[in-house]
Amino acid sequence: MREMVSGILFLAGAILGLLAAVGVLRMPDVFTRMQASTKAATLGLGCLLAGLAIQLPEVSVVIRAGSIGAFVMLTTPVAAHVIARAAFLTGVPLWKGTLIDERRRGEANGRRPMP
Amino acid sequence: MLNMITGLALVILAVAALLAFVRLLRGPTLPDRFVAMDLIGILIVGLIVVGAAATREQVFLDVAIVIALISFVGTVAYARYLERDAR
Repeated sequence: MREMVSGILFLAGAILGLLAAVGVLRMPDVFTRMQASTKAATLGLGCLLAGLAIQLPEVSVVIRAGSIGAFVMLTTPVAAHVIARAAFLTGVPLWKGTLIDERRRGEANGRRPMP
Repeated sequence: MLNMITGLALVILAVAALLAFVRLLRGPTLPDRFVAMDLIGILIVGLIVVGAAATREQVFLDVAIVIALISFVGTVAYARYLERDAR
């Protein structure tokens, strides 16, 4: 029973990782690629860690898996935000279907681009 | 049975890392490559976690912690340099 649950979690985590990679390969611009990678990869790694903690329920394993999970959940949004900010400020072209570009709208109104 | 499943999970994660590597090679702009690099770091952590489950070796988890840390710091440093050069 326990092996089955952890096996299902491993497969789910691996498939979510594959989905993240397919999203990074197929999405049209940096920002959409980033949201595919961060969401799917964070949930996928969470599934893998949960499967590991279920399969080897020892204190040292569970604590390490929990600390990896907490660290990744805390740092992935920060890393994605920093990359997105750098990409936006360096003027990476947006996808042609993007509806709102605040920087271009601000420049049209005579405001300087954000610092 | 679990050995087969962990093997399958390892293969799927390796294929995912390969696809992310294609984006790393192809990426039209520098931030694209950062995104792919970050994803490869997370996938490597996942590979190590599944490997630790397959071999029942807890020591690998320390390696996973270190790789997650280095991947985050590297991404933030890259982004800071890129942003500074943009000004």
